[in-house]
Amino acid sequence: MRSLRTNKTLRTNVITYAVVVAAFVLFQCLGSAGVLSSTMKGQLVPICAYVLMALSLNLTVGILGELSLGHAGFMSVGAFAGAVTASAMQDSVPSSALRLTVAVLVGAVLAAIVGVLIGIPVLRLNGDYLAIVTLAFGEIIKSIVNNLYIGMDANGLHASFLNNTIVLGEGGRMILSGPMGVPGIKKTATFAAGFILILIALFVIFNLVNSRAGRAIMALRDNRIAAESVGINVTKYKLMAFVISAAIAGAGGALYGQAQNAIIATKFDFNTSILILVFVVLGGMGNMLGSILAAALLTVLPELLRSLNDYRMLIYAIVLILMMLFNSAPAMIQWREQMTEKLRKTFGEERKEG
Amino acid sequence: MKKVICMGLALAMAFSMVACGGSSSSAASSEASDASSSTAAEGAVKIGGTGPLTGGAAIYGNAAKRGAEIAVEEINALGGLQFDLKYEDDTHDAEKAVNAYNTLKDWGMQVFLGSVTSTPCVATSAESNGDHIFLLTPSASSTDVLGGVANPLTGTIDVPRKDNAFQMCFMDPNQGTASAQYISEKNLGTKIAIIYKNDDVYSTGIYNSFMNKAQELGLDVVSTTTFTSDSQTDFSVQINDAKNSGADLLFLPMYYDAASLILTQANNIGYAPKFFGVDGMDGILTLAGFDKSLAEGVILLTPFNTDAQDEKTKSFVSKYNEKYGEAPNQFAADAYDCVYAIYQALTESGVASDASASDMCDALIAQFTSPNFVFDGLTGEGMTWSESGEVTKSPKGMVIENGAYVGMD
Repeated sequence: MRSLRTNKTLRTNVITYAVVVAAFVLFQCLGSAGVLSSTMKGQLVPICAYVLMALSLNLTVGILGELSLGHAGFMSVGAFAGAVTASAMQDSVPSSALRLTVAVLVGAVLAAIVGVLIGIPVLRLNGDYLAIVTLAFGEIIKSIVNNLYIGMDANGLHASFLNNTIVLGEGGRMILSGPMGVPGIKKTATFAAGFILILIALFVIFNLVNSRAGRAIMALRDNRIAAESVGINVTKYKLMAFVISAAIAGAGGALYGQAQNAIIATKFDFNTSILILVFVVLGGMGNMLGSILAAALLTVLPELLRSLNDYRMLIYAIVLILMMLFNSAPAMIQWREQMTEKLRKTFGEERKEG
Repeated sequence: MKKVICMGLALAMAFSMVACGGSSSSAASSEASDASSSTAAEGAVKIGGTGPLTGGAAIYGNAAKRGAEIAVEEINALGGLQFDLKYEDDTHDAEKAVNAYNTLKDWGMQVFLGSVTSTPCVATSAESNGDHIFLLTPSASSTDVLGGVANPLTGTIDVPRKDNAFQMCFMDPNQGTASAQYISEKNLGTKIAIIYKNDDVYSTGIYNSFMNKAQELGLDVVSTTTFTSDSQTDFSVQINDAKNSGADLLFLPMYYDAASLILTQANNIGYAPKFFGVDGMDGILTLAGFDKSLAEGVILLTPFNTDAQDEKTKSFVSKYNEKYGEAPNQFAADAYDCVYAIYQALTESGVASDASASDMCDALIAQFTSPNFVFDGLTGEGMTWSESGEVTKSPKGMVIENGAYVGMD
């Protein structure tokens, strides 16, 4: 029984990796063959960033079982930390791959630190309370970044808060100017980097889920009181999952920031948090492959619908509702089961005949 | 579990098929929209633009699109050089704007009208700079669109000059400086209060330069309060602060939607200072559900006046009215001017209409920065552009009287 279950998880994991690798190879080939449109090419890295965000939130919502409505906050921390780091290194480090690596690391670490800070008080709450507090957290991050000014000159980085009181020396420049955000990002993110980050995130999540800690986390999700009664440290395991989730979101944010020409704080608002939550819900709680596909699909969909002009967002909403129904409505699930059964029978018979 | 995997794989396949088909289907769809714009002609120059056609800032995007459409229709009716125009929706978001820009690039755009609003245009100007496609934005007024402009607060150049980018509108700092100068010269107020949106590029940009100039001119700023996009419904704190400090002029560097609420709420508490706005205030008279009488006496700096008596403006206003059933605002006029400026520059430079975007960009840059290039449009006479991409024209002070703009001087 046990080996069967392990086999099943292993198979799911392998399939998830395989889909990601196959998608990467496919798009890389299409890209080098020159058949990808500019629109598609421009979206590859943002898709990777959104996939990372969806994976990260799926860890919090699907595995840990806590609702977070402020995940864009971690994305924002990662994006701005990464953008400031990469921008500060722009003159001294010529290699864009190295700048991106450092930016992603700084983004992930800073988001993890913020995750600890916010997690310690917040994870003592449950359910709806936690959701509301994370919502507030997202807004706080937005306000902070909106009032933060960072400049750089020969003496290093200078920062001020609320008002721009920075005095810069000769050859200095402002990197982050409050509401103007970071306007002059030199893009460093590549599709390959996004692909590697997704693989790393999957590796971390799958290993966590299949570990002792992961089982403790899922036990907490399924029944907190029972888990506590067998001596599982609630705060520790909750914090562990939350911080890992924050770090992945930070990395995703840094990747996103490095794929844009300009980022502003208001981009990472409540709507973005909800968008990420939609990816997770559509893909299925705890289903990593589902999150990946949903994030990719829902990011390209509005662009594919561009030819519909004014009806674009309406159709997008309808498609979203239909997909949710198809994925999760009980009647649809039953119908799908019947269809697969039928298909299997036909296929099985054919095989016998053959 | 297996079914989930099956489903997932099926989805992945469907997704990749759709994505593969993306390039071919986009070509097909662009043909369809060419047909809908009904101006498609052999050898027409493809002009593209992005703007918020849906969402909160849609009034600007649609106005610019319509203004440009009228200009293209007029130019195509002349015979000679033909234009083909396409606008894509960017919902006032930088990421979407880049997607929209890429869609236009796939369409084969040769000249780019930029984005209508600032934040998206900062992103699309960087993209088009990389691709070397000429950009003339009607209304994205942030300095970061052009690059190479000194930050008014620190004096540093934060974004290097993007040599392909030009503006038809005033830059934010120029608007702030011009507003302060105008208020000081005309003695419009002794005690000034300011409300600005401190999470907005446009509003903060104007505020910063206004304050700089106000200090220089010795204007007395008695109250400065802020709001953000999340708190732009209730302005009682800000209005009361201005009222209590005895301000007789309220400077509102913001878009018309927030400004309309401030006018309404100030009226509710019986506070009636002089209101002074910038070009974002333009559009307030066409806002649905807004009591126009509240805007009586509001002063705004805008380069365009629908009541101007010259032939060009009259003909534009009547055409716009006929086609869209409302009076055009400054954004429509700016976009109209953009198309004509590009037309004039292309004609004068003699570049072939089937030239590559990059060659056209070189020709247009040379033309726009040439000292001989002077453009007369709806939003100003004798406009010229410098290497910095900035336009030289003079702002006009307008005051709203009987629901219409009237020139102040």
